[in-house]
Amino acid sequence: MIIAERKSIDEIMTMLTGVKRVLLLGCKGCVTVCSAGGEREVEILASLVRLGKKKSGESIEVIEGALTRQCDKEYIDSIDQWDGQYDAILSMACGVGVNFIANLRPDTPVFPAVNTTSFGGSQVQGVWSEQCAGCGNCILHLTGGLCPVARCAKSLMNGPCGGSQDGKCEIHSEIPCIWQHIHDRLQRLEKGESLKEIMPIRDWSTAGHGGPRRTIRDDLTV
Amino acid sequence: MSVFTPDIRAFVCHYTSQQSCAAGAEENMKADGFPANVRLERQVCTGKLQVSTLLKAFEDGADGVYVVGCPEDTCHNLMGSQRAAKRVLAVQKALTELGVEAERIEMFHLERGLHPEFISAAQNMDKRIRNLGPGPFKGE
Repeated sequence: MIIAERKSIDEIMTMLTGVKRVLLLGCKGCVTVCSAGGEREVEILASLVRLGKKKSGESIEVIEGALTRQCDKEYIDSIDQWDGQYDAILSMACGVGVNFIANLRPDTPVFPAVNTTSFGGSQVQGVWSEQCAGCGNCILHLTGGLCPVARCAKSLMNGPCGGSQDGKCEIHSEIPCIWQHIHDRLQRLEKGESLKEIMPIRDWSTAGHGGPRRTIRDDLTV
Repeated sequence: MSVFTPDIRAFVCHYTSQQSCAAGAEENMKADGFPANVRLERQVCTGKLQVSTLLKAFEDGADGVYVVGCPEDTCHNLMGSQRAAKRVLAVQKALTELGVEAERIEMFHLERGLHPEFISAAQNMDKRIRNLGPGPFKGE
């Protein structure tokens, strides 16, 4: 899922300068799962925004809502129910949701309440870690299911760097060296010999370096 | 000059607030020195408290808020008071972000049953908030 974290209150209050009525919109998708922008977080942020405004001697009307997701036109359309009641939208969805609102509501100011950080999951309650970089050219079948693009600090393709020590990364010592893990796993799966095959220079054009990507399924377009 | 009497809300768990349940509780607690300006909100367990509930107390005009739960490692419901402590910490962090004293909210881990610390926690919080002054959220 997409992982996000709420922005600082300072940054959010700056965005809301001069805004008298705001629609604070949560998302019941990924940001609910990572406790960044679901209904609970909408309630919390709504209180914080009102408190922040009160402290400055101002007031603000906050309408609280949450959409099933903010990454489909059909769900964005349900914003119509609040038409005329707000001056701006503060979205707690990931960057995709903010973009979708901006695309579909061209005359409405929309602000991001969270920083979208990565694709990942929760291995321990309260901790979410990056697992995938969305590079568009998955090689997990060659690395035992563990991703060196996302989980190696240098995105190396052919084994660890010389700085890998005791299974830890030299860039971030609290992070395991994924190439150590790839090696150990392939050994356990009796596929260790495959590591001797050199991966060629990687084509990064699928990773977004050439601009925003599109996926089209002709069998699904009508 | 009028004396500031703080509006303090206390979210207390059922097991640590036995004083407030006993017969004649109100008079007895008053006689023991429980501040009249502390309003008790009893919970089945402080683990049920949400961050939004604590923030709404400030929105409602509270100058200070505190939570009383079981001792950290012997919560009647296993981890309820530990969860509450984390949520109080989250509100402290939010208050700091807003430029407000984090000490306006506090977590107390107290023994279950009848004990003098229940009264002294309220008195300490009352004294602290009187020193801090009225909360900054009473706005326009």
